[in-house]
Amino acid sequence: MTRATKTYVSETVSRLKPSGIRRFFDLAASMEGVISLGVGEPDFVTAWSVREACILSLEQGYTSYTANAGLLALRQEISAYLSGKFGLSYRSDGEVLVTVGASQALDLALRAIVNPRDEVIVVEPSFVSYSPLVALAGGVPISVRTNGADHFKLRPQQIEEVVSSRTKALILCSPNNPTGTVLNQEDLAAIARIVEKHDLLVISDEIYAELTYDEPYTSFPAVEGMRERTILVSGFSKGFAMTGWRLGFVAAPEELLQAMLKIHQYAMMCAPTMAQYGAIEALKNGEHDVDEMRKSYRRRRNYFVQSLNDIGLHCHLPGGAFYAFPSIASTGMTSEQFAERLLLEEKVAVVPGSVFGDSGEGYVRCSYASSLEQLQEAIKRMKRFLSRI
Amino acid sequence: MKLTEKELEIVEIVEKDARISLDTLAKMTALTVEEVEVILKKLEETKVIVQYATIVDWRKIDGHEGVAAMIDVKVTPKRGVGFDEVAERIYRFPEVKSVYLMSGAYDLSVVIEGRSMAEVAHFVSEKLSTLDSVISTTTHFILKKYKHDGTVFDQGDQDRRIVVAP
Repeated sequence: MTRATKTYVSETVSRLKPSGIRRFFDLAASMEGVISLGVGEPDFVTAWSVREACILSLEQGYTSYTANAGLLALRQEISAYLSGKFGLSYRSDGEVLVTVGASQALDLALRAIVNPRDEVIVVEPSFVSYSPLVALAGGVPISVRTNGADHFKLRPQQIEEVVSSRTKALILCSPNNPTGTVLNQEDLAAIARIVEKHDLLVISDEIYAELTYDEPYTSFPAVEGMRERTILVSGFSKGFAMTGWRLGFVAAPEELLQAMLKIHQYAMMCAPTMAQYGAIEALKNGEHDVDEMRKSYRRRRNYFVQSLNDIGLHCHLPGGAFYAFPSIASTGMTSEQFAERLLLEEKVAVVPGSVFGDSGEGYVRCSYASSLEQLQEAIKRMKRFLSRI
Repeated sequence: MKLTEKELEIVEIVEKDARISLDTLAKMTALTVEEVEVILKKLEETKVIVQYATIVDWRKIDGHEGVAAMIDVKVTPKRGVGFDEVAERIYRFPEVKSVYLMSGAYDLSVVIEGRSMAEVAHFVSEKLSTLDSVISTTTHFILKKYKHDGTVFDQGDQDRRIVVAP
């Protein structure tokens, strides 16, 4: 038997493209003195009160499994949080599920609703996981390309252009990774009409909902008629600076939630217990910490985006998350060339926009979740780079 | 006095970093440099911003390690001026770094810094205890400063994140 002709890896997995971020990670990790604007996570360490609550739970010996859906006390906090913060109503018993990061929540949501060859609309530029997760669930990802000139907002017409009889669902992400774009109430209401018209489900990834800086945030299931059509995915990673804890949650109407719970109980059993105890503290007493982090991101956003424009990289002011997505069209380079040369010549790591889909070409993603000193130095180096090319 | 949102934002930023450039400050707050200058001037004139100071870790400088103590002071308040008069008599000494009026078991909390333990002891026995209104003092020497005014000494601020992540 020869290895060349036979593989044990499934066809679905074989067909998946490796993440484009990987290559840059390997390159950047091998270099010294790199300022990385390529990190998709907060630069804050989790609040001490949260870490302390986790330590306490370990000291007290809470080391066994929890209920499949997660600790009831945590689900109750999540339910109260969604209600208080976004005006949403989800029962802690039956409509809330604690997951291993929002990533697992996305995976569960897709596996729970996708039949073979069902189409799921992915809005590009998009988080790198959506399309692969759709494919792994047996579905077909269908891309919608948003437009940089329109600040990458999803418009109803763009959905109309790709919707078919096989379209099952739409994945929304607001605030968006990588563009930082926030869809406001008006934008969402317009999308809701199309969703209703074509009888679609929406997986709304609201992991960055805590991090919006200008307008009040509207959660998609809060839009009239959308609660019954929405699987709300969120978690603690970004807003609460808890990426490594791997803790997310999903809220949905009971039928959908129970379908996800069915997969979860077989595939995962439950989210890590100690992380759940930390999360209870985060929701109970973490609001002040989140407010302080939000303020800090907003200031750095203002500084960084203005500075990008000053050095000649046009960038719209993103309403949320912690990413700036400047256009590099003026340089005449592809986003990959730009990112690679910037890394090799000036040791600044940014992520080429093309990694996030074809419509990200001509842009790069810069995370401003770095210290002000780092951002200032990065701007200095980028300016030098631009003046030379 | 009531501050606008932008004024408050500027106070919060310069409290953490007094050396921040006007240009950066302006960008962070989405104001012009001129507007920032006007706000800072106002904050300085109204003594909202009292001083731009630096936190120094003197332990790192040979021969300047110094000694600091916190002294709990019980005093007799005076009619008409309460604790203010004796507090003033104490804070006028340059070696006194801070004086607070406290609730609880004692009245004034005095922080003093000196070059040696003997110098601090001398201050307590000769200057502080001898004041008419002072009833008693309890001196606590500071053995090590871990955190001062919100700043952790010797904090390793390494970034533990991976270099590129989705």
